[in-house]
Amino acid sequence: MDVILFLAFAAIAVVCAVNVVVQTHPISSALSLVGVMGALAMLYLSLGAEFIAMAQVIVYAGAIMVLFIFVIMLLNAGAEVKRGKSLAAQLLGVPVFFGLLSLLSFAVLRLFPHAATVHLGGFTGGSARDVGHALFTRYLLPFEVTSLLILIAIIGAVVLAMKEMD
Amino acid sequence: MNYYLLTVIKASVLAAILMTTLAYLQWIERKVIAHIQARIGPSRVGPHGLLQPLADVIKLITKEDLLPPYVNKFFYLLAPFLAVTMALLSISVIPFGGEVEIGGQTTWMQMADLNIGVLFILAVSSLGVYGIALAGWASNNKYSLLGGLRSSAQLISYELPLSLAVAAPLLLANTLSLREIVQAQGGFYFGILPRWHIFQGPMPQFFSFVIFLIAGFAETNRVPFDLPEAETELVAGFHTEYSSMKFAAFFMAEYANMITVASMTTILFLGGWMPLFPVGLGSNYVASALLAFAGAICLYHGLHPARRLDRITLPVFAVLFFGLAAVLLIPAVVSIFMPVFWFCAKTGFLLFVFIWIRGTLPRFRYDQLMNFAWKFLFPAAVLNLLVTGLMVALFS
Repeated sequence: MDVILFLAFAAIAVVCAVNVVVQTHPISSALSLVGVMGALAMLYLSLGAEFIAMAQVIVYAGAIMVLFIFVIMLLNAGAEVKRGKSLAAQLLGVPVFFGLLSLLSFAVLRLFPHAATVHLGGFTGGSARDVGHALFTRYLLPFEVTSLLILIAIIGAVVLAMKEMD
Repeated sequence: MNYYLLTVIKASVLAAILMTTLAYLQWIERKVIAHIQARIGPSRVGPHGLLQPLADVIKLITKEDLLPPYVNKFFYLLAPFLAVTMALLSISVIPFGGEVEIGGQTTWMQMADLNIGVLFILAVSSLGVYGIALAGWASNNKYSLLGGLRSSAQLISYELPLSLAVAAPLLLANTLSLREIVQAQGGFYFGILPRWHIFQGPMPQFFSFVIFLIAGFAETNRVPFDLPEAETELVAGFHTEYSSMKFAAFFMAEYANMITVASMTTILFLGGWMPLFPVGLGSNYVASALLAFAGAICLYHGLHPARRLDRITLPVFAVLFFGLAAVLLIPAVVSIFMPVFWFCAKTGFLLFVFIWIRGTLPRFRYDQLMNFAWKFLFPAAVLNLLVTGLMVALFS
C-alpha cells in the first residue's frame, strides 16, 4: 500500500515536472508545476508530515503559483515558438540526461546507505507543534534572517514600483 | 471493513443533504431578497415556489451546452470542474455534531477528523482560485478575462486577513483540529454566558469574528464584493461564456463556499454544536418549542382560513409539526439531534446574514475594495493577532 501510493504520486510528480518543460504555453507549464506541488504534498502526507504537506499546498500551490498565473494572464503571454534545435543538443541530450541521472542516484545511495523503503507515518515530527518548536528554538536564527530577507525584498519591490509611477 | 462501510454511509448522507441544501439555499435567497425588495419571489412552481429548485435543475441539465469555438478547450472544461470540486471538498472536514453510535460503532458527525482540519480548509479554498482564474482566461473573452483577473486579485488579497483572523482563535484553542476547536468552547461563564471564542477570555475574539466574516464575504464573491461578476461592467464576469451544467457548476461552487465560510465561522467563533445556553435552563427543548410554535401558527390559520384549500392543508402541517416536536422530546433523539440543530441554527443564521447583506449594500468600486483589504483589514487583523497573542501569553 505505502509503496503503491509512493510510486503513484512520485510518477505524477515526475510526469508533471516533465510536462512543465514540454508544454509550449506558459499557463500549461505553470499548471503542471501546480501538479508537481500537489504530488509532493501527497508524498509528505503519506510520510506523516501533515503540517508540511498543507503548508506546501497553501504556500506554493495556493499563493505563489496563483501569482505566477495571475502575472501570465496579465501579460497575456502567448505560446512559445519552437526554433530549430542545435546539433549539440540533439546529439548530447539523451546521453547527458542519463549520465546525470546515474550520477545523482549514485550520490544518493552513497550518502544514505541505510535508507529503508517508505512506510506510512515513517516520519514523526511533522506536526504543527514540532515544526513550530523547531523553528523558534533550533532554527531561530535562519528563521529570523529569512524574514528579514523577505522584508527587504518587499521594501525593494515598493521602491521599484514607486519609481515606475513618477 | 466496518470503518469503510461507515465512511461510505456518512459520505452519501452528507452528499444528499448538501446537494439539497445547495438547491434550496438558492430558493431561500430568492425569497428573502424578494421580500426585502417588497416582491413575492418565486411562487409558480409548487406551493410558495418550493419546487422551483427542481425546475431550475431540470432546466440547467436540459439546456444546450455551448462550447464556443474560440476557447482553450482543455482549461475551459477544467475550470468549472476545479471550482466545484474544491468547493465541495472542504465540507468533508466540517464537524456537524457530537459523537453518535450507529450499529454499535461510535463515530463523530464528521466525514474526516483531520488533526490539521483548519489548514486543510485554507489549502483547499486557496486552490479554488484556479477555477475562477482559468475560467476567465480560457474563455478568450475580454469581459471574462477582466472578471478572472479581478477575482484572483481579490481572493489573494482577502486570503491574508482571513488567515490572520483564523490564527487568533487558534491561539485560544491550541489545536488545529476542527473537532477539538469546538470542544474547547464547551461550558459557560457564570452558568449563563457560553465560552465560545467570541466571548472567551483572556481575549474575546469579537474583532477576529468581524474580520473573518468580511474577508469571507470577499472570498465567496458575494455582495458587496461581487466585482468579478459585476453585471453593469463585465456582463457576467468569468462565467460569461459558460452555459448549462458548466454554469451551474460555478453557481454550486459559490453556494458551497458560502456554506463553508458560514460553517467555519460557526466552528471558530460561535462554538460549533455547543448550545446557546445551558441544558439546565432548557436548551434541549428549543427545537421542540420552535416546531410546536410553527404547528400552533398553522393550526390557527387553518381554523381561520384565507383560502379554501388552507382548511385541509394547514391542519395537516400542524399535526406534522406537533409530531416532530414530540419526537424531539425523546432523550435518545435529543442527544443525537440537538448538537446538529445548534450547528445548523448558527450556520443558517449566518447564511441569512449573507443574503440580508446582499439585499442591503451596494457594490464596492475596485480601488475601494483593494484599499479596504490592504490599508484597513490587513493591519487590523495583524494588530488583533498580536494583542491576542500577548493576552494569551500573559494570562494563560
